[in-house]
Amino acid sequence: MKYVDEFRQVPQARRWAAALKSSCSRDWTIMEVCGGQTHSIVRFGIDAILPGRIRLLHGPGCPVCVTPVERIDAACAIARQPGVILCSFGDMMRVPGSGGSLFTAKSKGADVRLVYSPMDALRVAEENPDRRVVFFAVGFETTAPANAMTVFRAREKGIGNFSLLSSHVLVPPALRALLSDKDCRVNGFLAAGHVCAVMGYEEYGPIAAGFKVPIVVTGFEPMDLLKGISCCVQLLEQGRPVVENQYARAVRKEGNREARKMIELVFQTVDRNWRGIGVIPASGLDLRPEFRDFDALQVFGQPAALPRQKEECRSGLVLQGRIKPDECPFFASRCTPENPMGATMVSSEGACAAYFRYRPPSA
Amino acid sequence: MCLAVPGRIEQIDGEDPLSRVGKVDFGGVRKEVFMAYVPEARVGDYVIVHAGFAISVLDEEEARLTLEDFRRIAELAGDEATDEVCG
Ligand code: SF4
Repeated sequence: MKYVDEFRQVPQARRWAAALKSSCSRDWTIMEVCGGQTHSIVRFGIDAILPGRIRLLHGPGCPVCVTPVERIDAACAIARQPGVILCSFGDMMRVPGSGGSLFTAKSKGADVRLVYSPMDALRVAEENPDRRVVFFAVGFETTAPANAMTVFRAREKGIGNFSLLSSHVLVPPALRALLSDKDCRVNGFLAAGHVCAVMGYEEYGPIAAGFKVPIVVTGFEPMDLLKGISCCVQLLEQGRPVVENQYARAVRKEGNREARKMIELVFQTVDRNWRGIGVIPASGLDLRPEFRDFDALQVFGQPAALPRQKEECRSGLVLQGRIKPDECPFFASRCTPENPMGATMVSSEGACAAYFRYRPPSA
Repeated sequence: MCLAVPGRIEQIDGEDPLSRVGKVDFGGVRKEVFMAYVPEARVGDYVIVHAGFAISVLDEEEARLTLEDFRRIAELAGDEATDEVCG
């Protein structure tokens, strides 16, 4: 495939990775923020070919993984109401809430449908005027433009039976939260290329300067990742905590202006609870009051909180880079993709799922 | 919901910038993609798509430069000279 294969030349990548050894005067820990990058790193074994002095930590960039239990419970409660069709990305279906998952709700008769785009959900609403259609909107800045446009179009077209259950999250506040932790071991970050394709990378400048960490905007293919890592190491060695863009074919400094404008129009920033991590100030997006008629929590009311079981899953530690998935005691024993204990094993972007798929335990 | 690979625009329908819809080929799989955020996109361009919307048009010149960089660095890697990566 064009723009894919030429960025996946493994022998070249190996030589390059080996040569990085001479660039390191000490040990460096670099975190890749995005779940897509985690998958690529694990799949192509990038972490394994790097010299021992460079350690990669996997970050919180899996939107499905960080969606808080209460929003999953709300989605399930809304889905069970009569006349409702709940539309969701496939990844969310099996993520456990406190009273089961959307998959459980569906198996008990709720009308839950998988969609590829929020616009598909809007189409379902148009085709079913006597039903109430809710789209479960999870995602980072990459998905926000799609969801914002869908709500905007729903209002324009007067599609009153459509609403959005928003559980959007934002990357920069999460980086600040990770870096503010006194135990944080991260020396530098690879910023998620496609988040920056939307938002640009100007927001990262103050984080890099304030916390003295280089941040390198990085793509998803093996060569892109190596380029991002090399650049980050170079900045660390030079003591330059600045932002660099190593993914210029897809990312411009200001991002995508049209998309940013639409996000700004439809959404406002709110505090958000991240599953396994906790509340991070100003780290989420909910609909603005002008769009309240399309806000599922306004339409259906906030469902009563369910009693919480204590979660045994260690995904919070995985998402903060404190442990690797295979360091979780349940990994591949009690917890597998068929029988997941946590979202990081369910989601196709989750680190536990990546390890299970590409590094199954040999025993 | 995050498709990391770019696809090639095969066809674009509609004139209105807000509601243009494209047919995009991802290595043989064709998908309908909304073009509202890439008014500059033309047939033949490669786009990055998230949740059914194109969010970025690939810059072919930048892609070429990056590949050139890779080749240069991989050649130099034999001589352990990799100090010129950023920029
Ligand atoms: S292996 Fe399973 S239980 Fe352990 S952190 Fe991952 S999802 Fe949670």
